[in-house]
Amino acid sequence: MLAYIIRRILQSVLVMLVVALVSFALFRFVGDPINSMVGQEATIADREALREQLGLNDPFLTQFATFIGRAVQGDFGISYRLQQPVMELILSRLPATLELALVSGVLAFVFGVGFGVYTALRRNGWLSNTIMTVSLIGVSLPTFLIGVLLIWVFAVELQWLPSFGRGDTVQIGSWTTGLLTPSGRASLVLPAITLGLYQMTLIMRLVRAEMLEVLRTDYIKFARARGLSNRAVHFGHALKNTMVPVITITGLQLGSIIAFAIITETVFQWPGVGALFINSVRFVDVPVMAAYLMLIALVFVIINLIVDLLYYVVDPRLRVDRAATRH
Amino acid sequence: MTDALLSVRNLRVEFPTRRGILTAIDDVSFDIMPGEVLGVVGESGAGKSLTGAAIIGLLEPPGRIASGEILLKGQRIDNLDAESMRRIRGKRIGMVFQDPLTSLNPLYTVAQQLIETIRTHADISEAEARTRAVALLDRVGIPAAARRIDDYPHHFSGGMRQRVVIALALCAEPELVIADEPTTALDVSVQSQIIDLIKEICAERGAAVMLITHDMGVIAETADRVAVLYAGRLAEIGPVREVITAAEHPYTAGLMGSIPTLTQDNARLVQIPGAMPRLNAIPQGCAFNPRCERAFDRCFRDRPDPIDRGDGRKVACWLYDAAGVAAKEKADV
Repeated sequence: MLAYIIRRILQSVLVMLVVALVSFALFRFVGDPINSMVGQEATIADREALREQLGLNDPFLTQFATFIGRAVQGDFGISYRLQQPVMELILSRLPATLELALVSGVLAFVFGVGFGVYTALRRNGWLSNTIMTVSLIGVSLPTFLIGVLLIWVFAVELQWLPSFGRGDTVQIGSWTTGLLTPSGRASLVLPAITLGLYQMTLIMRLVRAEMLEVLRTDYIKFARARGLSNRAVHFGHALKNTMVPVITITGLQLGSIIAFAIITETVFQWPGVGALFINSVRFVDVPVMAAYLMLIALVFVIINLIVDLLYYVVDPRLRVDRAATRH
Repeated sequence: MTDALLSVRNLRVEFPTRRGILTAIDDVSFDIMPGEVLGVVGESGAGKSLTGAAIIGLLEPPGRIASGEILLKGQRIDNLDAESMRRIRGKRIGMVFQDPLTSLNPLYTVAQQLIETIRTHADISEAEARTRAVALLDRVGIPAAARRIDDYPHHFSGGMRQRVVIALALCAEPELVIADEPTTALDVSVQSQIIDLIKEICAERGAAVMLITHDMGVIAETADRVAVLYAGRLAEIGPVREVITAAEHPYTAGLMGSIPTLTQDNARLVQIPGAMPRLNAIPQGCAFNPRCERAFDRCFRDRPDPIDRGDGRKVACWLYDAAGVAAKEKADV
């Protein structure tokens, strides 16, 4: 088990290095950051001086090594555009994104599993068919369109919920949260639904398909033949077996929720890292872009690791070393 | 026979399909006495497993009981609501399935599955249920049961898993155990051990057994009576000694003839020509008529009902109908 974790962590480090290389190399080609940093009147000498000062004239490998060395210490340099340390910028924006992602992830998981189980058990009920049909919308409509539609219905027409921003936030240490104020919670509803709808339908369809598969297995038949109640058969025996693949997908989806928050944050002007990234792209703010990509990669890598470890908890067959010592 | 433990009366199981209704079990009747072992034999698709599934109320939709009755100690159980039937499953009728590798839930320990089942049917504490579970595992021959009980199914071999399955089927002390080909998926070397175990442990508890198999050898060693199914119909039923030594239905005779024996010196094994008809192409009259060497005109015209031959034997064959035999003799002249 320990050896397995160490091996997985080493693999993760390798993945991070590759991502660092790609993001670093990629951003060398998106444009000259100097153009957006200096005014119209700057002379060529001024530009050259700035270039030298930022280390942009060093050989590629030197620049990359410096980048890695600093990144490990959490130092991604100074934003070209805002002249603030990148890490500070990201950390100040991260709570907004994580809160949004977490809430929509939980929504997607809870409703996805719930609807999935329901539609699998009542396969031909009218409500199941309705849910399945409506879920097609969630799968096929692009996120920004759903966001705009929700704003139109609930913010513009019904005026129930705010259409943009985070509402009032409360500062807890270095973390700002909107969950503790009424306006913060109200502001979270529409973006969370927008961001989570696709994931919810995905999880729901996956749970349904897996559950139908599991309900056909011999051990479910045998559980019924032993007279176990429907509840025990469906939720004790079937659901647990359903969850093994669902955990993987849900975990990986949590990563994409954080990554895809870019679109939702843009639509709802949500002050998170996604919006920061979009603005950075516009101004060729390479340090911010690089740090953002590294952050997303880190999130994916960590989630993957957790998902793999969760397997061990759910599926005893994977606890190989224990079985090996037994026999 | 009012003292029968289980009575199946004119059971008919149908599968509605797009191209019409398939009758998988057609007018099958038999009784199982308390404590008796009834062997049910037949080829694949003869309706053996479906009969078991119908009795325990686990026919897979769209399959359904179209007519007939199933009585457990005189009480009808084929038309019970889901909850009443659930209380009978496990508690009064236990079931052992074919493949022990897939019968156990891989994510729960043997202890969890046993305790859950015991506590579903008996109002006892977890600790008490665990004591019972260990005793039961010990009884079915799991070595070091107290320690192995907390293992997961994948820690056990196939034969051991089937022992666990038997323990699970018996843990609420049912009066009837339906064993659906319990040894088919096992190594030959452990097959007889499992069959002996089922027979012993059920005899000990006074439980009757309905042993579904296509292995005549197993039937000969284990069963008290045997029912032979063919194309969803009952061909012959009777005490196992008599049926084996003096099979009356030509199909049963064919089955017996196809068992290799040590004393035989035939170069080739005797076999019944042809194959069992598909459910949508069962011929008129007797379902066995295309393969029967002794068929005569009446066999192609009328369907034979089981004819009572006395001493508990019944056979569905016109050869044993007095009028039919007379008709045949007349035709032969």
